[in-house]
Amino acid sequence: MEAASVTAAVPGWRINLATILALVTRAKNELVRVPGAAIPGVLAPTIFFLGLNGVFGGLIHLSGFDTDSYESFIVPVSMLQGAGFTGAAAGVNLARDYEQGWVDRLLVSPAPRWVLLTGNVLAASLRAFVPATFVLAIAFLIGARWPGLDGLLVCYLMVAAMAAVAACWGSMLALHYKSQSAAPLMQAGMMGLVLLTPAYAPLELLQPWLQKVAEVNPVTQVIEAARQGFVGSVTWSDTWPGLLALAALLAVLGALALREMRRTNV
Amino acid sequence: MSELARSARVVRALGARSIRQTFRRPQLISPIVVFPTLLLAVQTGGAGAGIELPGFPPVQSFLQFMLAGSMMQSMMLAGNSGGIAFAVDIEMGFTDRLFAAPIPRFAIVLGRLAGTAALGLFASLWFLAIGLIFGAEIAGGVPGALLAILLVTASALAVGGIGAAIALRTGSASVVQGLFPLVLVVLFLSSAFFPQELMIEPAKTIAEYNPLSFIVEGVREPIISGIDATQTLEAVAAIAGIVILGLVLSARALRHRLRVG
Repeated sequence: MEAASVTAAVPGWRINLATILALVTRAKNELVRVPGAAIPGVLAPTIFFLGLNGVFGGLIHLSGFDTDSYESFIVPVSMLQGAGFTGAAAGVNLARDYEQGWVDRLLVSPAPRWVLLTGNVLAASLRAFVPATFVLAIAFLIGARWPGLDGLLVCYLMVAAMAAVAACWGSMLALHYKSQSAAPLMQAGMMGLVLLTPAYAPLELLQPWLQKVAEVNPVTQVIEAARQGFVGSVTWSDTWPGLLALAALLAVLGALALREMRRTNV
Repeated sequence: MSELARSARVVRALGARSIRQTFRRPQLISPIVVFPTLLLAVQTGGAGAGIELPGFPPVQSFLQFMLAGSMMQSMMLAGNSGGIAFAVDIEMGFTDRLFAAPIPRFAIVLGRLAGTAALGLFASLWFLAIGLIFGAEIAGGVPGALLAILLVTASALAVGGIGAAIALRTGSASVVQGLFPLVLVVLFLSSAFFPQELMIEPAKTIAEYNPLSFIVEGVREPIISGIDATQTLEAVAAIAGIVILGLVLSARALRHRLRVG
């Protein structure tokens, strides 16, 4: 009776916030206690970054390439790719939690579904800083251009939001298929979304079919916004389309993930 | 039934099982088909203008150039997936039951490798079909295509041997899965995706000595210009080297596994 009155006295938003923070802390604990589990998520974008730079670095000699540093051109892509992998991993972890019965226990708690989803998504956003920072450090070591504080902030904002988008996508699939077997779909979806853009070369140098796909792919705007500080200066006109694209992706994929969460175990 | 015929039956049965296992599990099939196909599309569309660079070998299109690289990627990942599946069998005790059965031990490893080689064959056919559908020409004609298929299949068998050896030695699927980034490193540090002369140092120098580069060139030559005896022999020598390494490592790992149980 006393406990019930104490709970009633605490505003709902504070309880929700505490639940979200608890879920974020749980994800952080996983990272701290099993650091080896984070290695593939850090290694994959780093290898892609170094590999693509070594293999396709000569593309800067093509006329139409507006930078003389391929590592600067490609590093935001690898950071976003890392965010995509991290977000997809959040989906895989959710599927694992479902298989092990942890999600069932969360679903019978009084926490609203959106709070449970937000905890998972926010944790992915924060975790995405690990691979992004590692890739960026490697890029600076091999000569990538300093993007300026504003460029760096915009890039990290894009990375965090992209990880949230990927986590919504991963969570949606995890709750739909309720199996870790859906992992390749989570990863391939994000990989496709990030790479079917002017990832390797400017839009004008892409093959016509990819140019058309990239023009309608909202992540193109995200890549351009994250890249601007590395290849030039930061402008609002290059930033807001990226923010808008991410907001739209978050709204759509977040709604779909929430729909799956509401349908789970009903 | 002779000993050889019985072993062949075991190899066939285990090979068929490993193929079915791969096609039933999305985690195993998607690295072999989905990711290399996606990367082929993205790299062809994104870096296709690279063929205009001075020093790029004469090719009909970047897709034609990239087919060998995609086959190599798929083949390497088939070897890795085969190793993961083998390690899962060890973890679940299936391999122990095979060890207790009255069948030759080498047939157990060979069965897994036969499955991996079949996946290599599938990968080469898949990418040749994609190439032909999207307009790439096979300069070496039917003999060139057959040579490419043969080299990719043999490479899958060779790389599968190393995957099997690691699976037998560690008995852990997560350790074999952890080799996935290494597969990417070996691929990027070869001429799989771009001509070695146009790569940037130190990748350029490493690619020059990477055995995978010799295999890639051996597979690529019949596709972009026709069969070349030197390139083919170099590819065969590189594959033979990996086969020997895989066999030695597998034999030692098998002895270790039988000792530790």
